[in-house]
Amino acid sequence: MTLPPFQVLIDEHAVELHRYVTVVAGRDGADDAFQDVMVAALRAYAGLQDDRNLKGWLFTVAHNQTIDRHRRRARRPSEVALVAAGGVPSPEGSPTSSDESGLWEAVAELPDKQRDAVVLRFVADLPYKDVASMLGGTEAAARQNVREALKNLRQEVE
Amino acid sequence: MSDIETRLRAGPADADPTYAIEQFSRRATADGLIDVAWATLDSPFGELLLAGTDAGLVAVGLREPDAVLERIAAKVSPCVVRVPGRLDQPRRQLDEYFVGKRRRFDLPLDWSMSAGFRRLVLHELVDVPYGEVITYAELARRAANPRAVRAVGSAMATNPLPIVVPCHRVLRSGGQLGNYGGGVEMKRELLALEGALTDD
Repeated sequence: MTLPPFQVLIDEHAVELHRYVTVVAGRDGADDAFQDVMVAALRAYAGLQDDRNLKGWLFTVAHNQTIDRHRRRARRPSEVALVAAGGVPSPEGSPTSSDESGLWEAVAELPDKQRDAVVLRFVADLPYKDVASMLGGTEAAARQNVREALKNLRQEVE
Repeated sequence: MSDIETRLRAGPADADPTYAIEQFSRRATADGLIDVAWATLDSPFGELLLAGTDAGLVAVGLREPDAVLERIAAKVSPCVVRVPGRLDQPRRQLDEYFVGKRRRFDLPLDWSMSAGFRRLVLHELVDVPYGEVITYAELARRAANPRAVRAVGSAMATNPLPIVVPCHRVLRSGGQLGNYGGGVEMKRELLALEGALTDD
């Protein structure tokens, strides 16, 4: 097995990874979260034993890192509101149209399982197999969570 | 695909990783996590790739930068990240060389991309001065193996540090140019730049 240059992971996945951390850590926290994920990934990279699903591996690192981040934030009461909102930018911090922030606010308000599943499936563009293994359930459960998430989002946004 | 799916896939507007990638490479450099830094150089012969480790310049790529990075990942370390700032010194010296203002490179070199007899040959070659040429056979003799002319040829073909380790100065015994990784025309122009071609 020969791992590709780490640069290949940056070139192929940085855009999706940055979108992903923007959704889960909020716009203000996105750049820091992105760095945390990439530094953790690079630290572990040379010791990787399996090169078959590097994207799945990178987003597993991202998922674990951002969970840690959310837990750390959750211990600080002043930031609970931000956590509850999924870390999505506050209205004044949001540079986008109300239409667009409406969608991400609705994503933030989804139940945890639905939000994790729908964000990994579409924002990170991962297959259900990876979503299931990252969230620790079956593929069928991941599909079910995504279906329910989409139904809820449609009701909220459309 | 539903409208919602399309919008989820597009991600939040304005999410742009450019700045975060720069910050990442800065932090990873400070933490010593980047084993090989690389950058490109705009040269008269097109875009060259330069790569370096803490030990020194480890590769110069004349063609196919992706393939060069793959070889570096396999032979040196997969922790390969673009950090232009770490290649400033070789970039500057190569710039000076291409405009005729530099005759020898004063750079630490990392030889880990070559091994065995090939490395021995490259060690000899690095001493062949600007503007002079040498034959494959003479280089084999200097590397203490006069019959290994073919092996010298393959050492040239796999030279990880072209230009800096001057395989363009190695000619066939009859004075023909022979091959070059960047194309024979580039070899001719490098020799012309150095004033090594008299009547061609």
